[in-house]
Amino acid sequence: MASDTKILEGIGEYKYGFKDPDVSVFKSRKGLDRHVVEQISEMKDEPQWMLDFRLRALEHFLKRPMPTWGGDLSKLNLDDIYYYVKPAEATGRSWDEVPDTIKNTFEKLGIPEAEQKFLAGVGAQYESEMVYHNIQASLEKQGVIFLSIEDGLKQHPDLFRKYFSTVIPIEDNKFAALNSAVWSGGSFIYVPKGVKVDLPLQAYFRLNVANIGQFERTLIIADEGSHVHYVEGCTAPTYTTDSFHSGVIEIIVHKGARVRYTTIQNWSTNVYNLVTQRALVYEDATMEWVDANLGSKLTMKYPSCYLKEPGAHGEILSMAFAGRGQHQDAGGKVIHFAPHTSSKIVSKSISKSGGRSSYRGLLKVYKGASDVKSNVVCDALLLDETSRSDTYPYIEIDEEDVTIGHEATVSKVGEEQLFYLMSRGLNEDEATSMVVSGFIEPLIKELPMEYAIEMNRLIQLQMEGSIG
Amino acid sequence: MSELAINDLHVSVNHKPILKGVNLVVKQGEVHALMGPNGTGKSTLAYTLMGHPNYEVTKGEVWFKGQNILTLSPDQRAHLGLFLAFQYPVAIPGVSVANFMRAAINSQRKAANPADKGIPIPEFRKQLKQIMEVLKMDPAFASRYLNDGFSGGEKKRVEVLQMAMLKPEIAILDETDSGLDIDALRIVSEGVNKLRGPETGILVITHYQRILNYIKPDYVHIMMEGQIVESGEADLAIQLEEHGYDWLKTKTDIVMG
Repeated sequence: MASDTKILEGIGEYKYGFKDPDVSVFKSRKGLDRHVVEQISEMKDEPQWMLDFRLRALEHFLKRPMPTWGGDLSKLNLDDIYYYVKPAEATGRSWDEVPDTIKNTFEKLGIPEAEQKFLAGVGAQYESEMVYHNIQASLEKQGVIFLSIEDGLKQHPDLFRKYFSTVIPIEDNKFAALNSAVWSGGSFIYVPKGVKVDLPLQAYFRLNVANIGQFERTLIIADEGSHVHYVEGCTAPTYTTDSFHSGVIEIIVHKGARVRYTTIQNWSTNVYNLVTQRALVYEDATMEWVDANLGSKLTMKYPSCYLKEPGAHGEILSMAFAGRGQHQDAGGKVIHFAPHTSSKIVSKSISKSGGRSSYRGLLKVYKGASDVKSNVVCDALLLDETSRSDTYPYIEIDEEDVTIGHEATVSKVGEEQLFYLMSRGLNEDEATSMVVSGFIEPLIKELPMEYAIEMNRLIQLQMEGSIG
Repeated sequence: MSELAINDLHVSVNHKPILKGVNLVVKQGEVHALMGPNGTGKSTLAYTLMGHPNYEVTKGEVWFKGQNILTLSPDQRAHLGLFLAFQYPVAIPGVSVANFMRAAINSQRKAANPADKGIPIPEFRKQLKQIMEVLKMDPAFASRYLNDGFSGGEKKRVEVLQMAMLKPEIAILDETDSGLDIDALRIVSEGVNKLRGPETGILVITHYQRILNYIKPDYVHIMMEGQIVESGEADLAIQLEEHGYDWLKTKTDIVMG
């Protein structure tokens, strides 16, 4: 269906591939050892316990073999990466405090404008550090904390230490260990009891220099009965060499609270994106992950909900779009530890121009977790003969009193659908786009309007010129 | 005054000849009925006219607006003012009737005038509402996903809705009556009748005579084994109703001979 030249045109469509000159004020040497970790900790002026934590994590990382499942990591050269690049001296609270080059980049990406229009707070990370972090004064007065993770550690040491790494331990996986050793940037969020943050808080992650690794660490604590929606977006310049992004996101959703975490991942296609995201969900609380992966060379990401107490509810909406040379290995995990818990996983994946998308999911119900309800739906859409879709749905149920639904479909954009739409005047590209946007509509309608528009635009860009 | 002129059309599907020399002219303002038993090539003609890629034209021409449209893609044919109401409309999950309708209208406006900015939303809503009232459709229908889980009657109404919104010069209705109960048939027919007029030519393809009680044709043609074997005025349909298709069999032999 697609001709080669058209595919090549399509590849050039990545809009965010521009790069700035390297303005960093400090760069660690390439590669990783104890000295690099110590240097990061020292530059951040950290307490001893954090340095000890980092070194423990480094040790575990070095011992642990590379995972051999999921995507192909054999070409990822961990010695050819800058693990820490400091872009500016400090984190600004106003955009005027941000160095011009960096500020211009975020303006091009529309971040300050979005902040004015529809966000409760914004964090902007450039290379390894948050260069900007600000929240509406009214929320701050209600006790909402929205800081860079470093400032969280400095300003709220007890709260930080109480929760940090309690959701995702060092030993969780090799890349969680790596992040624990070299983490830098990310957000620290605390929403007090009963406080509802109506507008989203957003963090934007930007890579600029080549061969960089970005290891943000985010910790979100939603106290009892609170509500918060956190959105992250990310882009990077297109380089011929690989860059690396490996974040760790920990979320604690206390009794009756509700957290939604939305990702619109649009890295350039030279970025390895290996992220660990998990939420602990307590009594009658709700955690929702909305995870859209459009960019990157390889993404391995399975947002998870640990439903720890009765009444906890977890939802994962996962969307992956794999174009030429891309592998999206995405999905989700829900673990039911307690009775009367419920969950829903919906995965929508699209593959085109030889791209590969995989759904990898785990649903686990422990013995004693009775009256569990869960539904898993994964739908894949293939746009041509050369693309690939796989489904790895693991379901482990150790309890009998459960209601589990599972369905999976794979479909191709049908000739009959295209003919029908074209007979009404849409050309082949428009018709294909329409089928694709309909396919992901169940996910799009969960996004706030501004992001829904942005997502539709990104999908259009992915689709442009791709059909021969 | 535009017309759709089919000249000696031969069409194969999977290398099997289905249409074997069809000749027919439908002018704006006329209503033609094309009747015939199942499997004689009526729907093949409809799909071929709209440009379905699986239908291979082995001989003949179809002229519309001064060009042989057989080389055009389906969207280009739609932009010229050709429309097909499908016998089996296809579901497009996740795309609402209204969004689809607006995209279709805008694609046609843009084809007519590349600088067109698209139909203003209030105007679009007003038109949609009016036509849905004629077709006795619940306004909530506009936000349902196109043909997704629709009943047979709902699908056919949406086809007529699209036709009314797109205002084609020549519309082909492929077995629009099949699967409809009598009330639905009446409503759909009323919708079609509202579109009748000097601007629209209609080709009603049907197996049964009953839709012709509601949509009175100016001309009736009978197709058998890939050819039109008899043409006449409205009374030909009544003759068919009384005598069936058998009396025409001998005619086919003559033509085929």
